[in-house]
Amino acid sequence: MRLPLLVATACCISISHPALAGEVQVAVAANFTAPMQDIAKAFEQDTGHRVIAAFGSTGQLYAQISHGAPFEVFLAADDTTPARAESDGLAVSGSRFTYATGALALWSADAGLISDGAQLLRSGNFEHLAIANPKTAPYGLAATQVMQQLGLTQALAPKLVEGQSIGQTYQFVASGNAEVGFVALSQVSRDGEITSGSAWQVPAALYQPIRQDAVLLNTGADNHAAAALLDYLKGEQAAAVISRYGYGH
Amino acid sequence: MSLPLDSADLAAIWLTLKLASLTTVVLLLIGTPLAWWLAHTRSRLKGPIGALVALPLVLPPTVLGLYLLVALGPNGPIGALTEQLGLGTLAFSFGGLVIGSVCYSMPFVVQPIQNAFEAIGKRPLEVAATLGASPLDRFFTVALPLARPGIITASVLGFAHTLGEFGVVLMIGGNIPERTRVVSVQIFNHVEAMDYASAHWLAGGVLVCSFVILLLLNRRGRLTVMPGARR
Repeated sequence: MRLPLLVATACCISISHPALAGEVQVAVAANFTAPMQDIAKAFEQDTGHRVIAAFGSTGQLYAQISHGAPFEVFLAADDTTPARAESDGLAVSGSRFTYATGALALWSADAGLISDGAQLLRSGNFEHLAIANPKTAPYGLAATQVMQQLGLTQALAPKLVEGQSIGQTYQFVASGNAEVGFVALSQVSRDGEITSGSAWQVPAALYQPIRQDAVLLNTGADNHAAAALLDYLKGEQAAAVISRYGYGH
Repeated sequence: MSLPLDSADLAAIWLTLKLASLTTVVLLLIGTPLAWWLAHTRSRLKGPIGALVALPLVLPPTVLGLYLLVALGPNGPIGALTEQLGLGTLAFSFGGLVIGSVCYSMPFVVQPIQNAFEAIGKRPLEVAATLGASPLDRFFTVALPLARPGIITASVLGFAHTLGEFGVVLMIGGNIPERTRVVSVQIFNHVEAMDYASAHWLAGGVLVCSFVILLLLNRRGRLTVMPGARR
């Protein structure tokens, strides 16, 4: 009974998008949630393809991918995990590229708390410092590098609370349960302005560059929508969104 | 071969046992009077309060966790209170986990005790009253002993359910060793880091432990006749 309707719908879709509208499943690192939503919307409008995105920490997503999760494109928060996907035979070799370079920020929901972030960290004038799980989240790893560079690893250890992804870390700070936390700059800034609270953009010299690589997974090797999305990420429109959120290229 | 659990795993096990025990004790102290009230009241509040107690049975732990995180934070009602009292905020602390677990395991303790009280009926208490027992006396020397099987079931279920708590702890715990990193979270950490061997040891332990607890409970249940259930 429903078949004629389905056929009719399918015809309509193929008429409105002569380039055969497809669907692509993307695993996206949590720090890239907001820009990805913007990019996906623009991509869907421009190409007619549908984007189904799942967000989580890079390690979390990789564990899922290595166990057969049906993702076709992987946008990680580092460059080592996509490289590993490739060497583990999970990704199409040669498809890797850096779609964004992340920046780390020390952030507080309290607008008056952070003026000099390094000074605040040294003073230890807070109960809790939230970071993302360094084992699975590259921004968490970067946070530990910063504390190490400042020689504060020992001093700050008792104050650390861990979010399972940078998204949860943000939530700990946003709810005020942790006064400060290391989050992705993209989560708290728009067009070069801090959107709420106070923040310190951590100097790039204090942590290894967060090169965020994308890779085409084997499951998406024959999906033209997946290839189109990766192309789109390299394009100007995506670049504009990406830099609006405070990433480098 | 030595036990493939490292000190972090053992700390997580110890913390979990501590959390489950303390939660059970707190729940018995709060839950018993509450169950008594629910079993005997004719108040219009009985329905809403009973539903409130049962909520954690159906709510996703993330909902509970989210509201606890907000409530415990400096801007939330509980957080504001604890800060006033000079306790600081309770998120990311063992105390916070106890509060979370008490909410989370509440129905598993209150409902069996309530059922037991209801099953006793009015008769034994009325008889005790005619023999001159005060209300408090009736509660402690008649109702409580008769409700014993229900209370034991409640303790075991409360303990076992808290052992398996995950979502709430993940939301309000912050994964701190020896303070909020319980076994379920540690298993999650191992899986996330793709250390499956350690994950298996801990997960297998939880599985066996939970099975044995339920098995013992079942045995007991068959051996003990619920007093008053004969009506």
